[in-house]
Amino acid sequence: MSTIKIRAQAGDKGTKVSALIEHPMETGLRKDKAGKKIPAHFIQEVVCELNGTVVLTALWGPAVSKRPFLQFKLDGAKTGDTIKLSWVDNKGEKDSAEAKIA
Amino acid sequence: MINMKRRTFLKGSVAAGAVSAAVGAGLLIPRAVLAAWPTNAFQATDMNAALDALSGSHDLASSDKVQIDAPDLGENSAVVPIKVFSQLDNIESMSIVVEKNASPLTASFILGPGVEGFVNTRIKMGKTSNVIAVVKADGKLYSAQKEVKITIGGCGG
Repeated sequence: MSTIKIRAQAGDKGTKVSALIEHPMETGLRKDKAGKKIPAHFIQEVVCELNGTVVLTALWGPAVSKRPFLQFKLDGAKTGDTIKLSWVDNKGEKDSAEAKIA
Repeated sequence: MINMKRRTFLKGSVAAGAVSAAVGAGLLIPRAVLAAWPTNAFQATDMNAALDALSGSHDLASSDKVQIDAPDLGENSAVVPIKVFSQLDNIESMSIVVEKNASPLTASFILGPGVEGFVNTRIKMGKTSNVIAVVKADGKLYSAQKEVKITIGGCGG
């Protein structure tokens, strides 16, 4: 199952794209119960594409919240267009998902 | 402790340097390099140093064409909703900086064609701090800021 949920809704004032990603976003500063540091594990880059063209690149540090949320607005997109979102984290793990604009 | 941090920071800088050298030498295709992620900017412990590393300047002009929407009181310091709006033309990027976080630079959004001057996300904050929206447009930096009070706990996550 994908870690990414995307909702893209076309409206009068452009298309609103919302995404929620399942990711722990560990800062590397927290300690577990035994007092050992929990290693940093966070998404560094999120790329959003509209019909294959990159429209937004998000560069993130560890201070973005866990289960990160991202929302932005697009002009010139229409119902049926494809939004693709991909992320890569500091361990090299990655995922991507696509959604049609509703 | 301080020295350990310094080691990590130095290692980070050296690694980033090596990658840029490799890119410069044409050994790597830039598009495929994740090190587009600005390690130095995200690891900087000072806001000005972070902005210098990210944008090459920390010369911020306060602008009424940049707005930041954040709560007065961050009830949950691990989830503070932040919205940044801008009506500037030719926006290149919009960044969120938390002045008093261990690493102030939190997120930077590079806007491509057709994207409006708006981003909405959620961030973690260690303590009460100014949150600064930095918008890069036409090569210049514009900003707006808002103080968010954090009452309990730390940067829990």
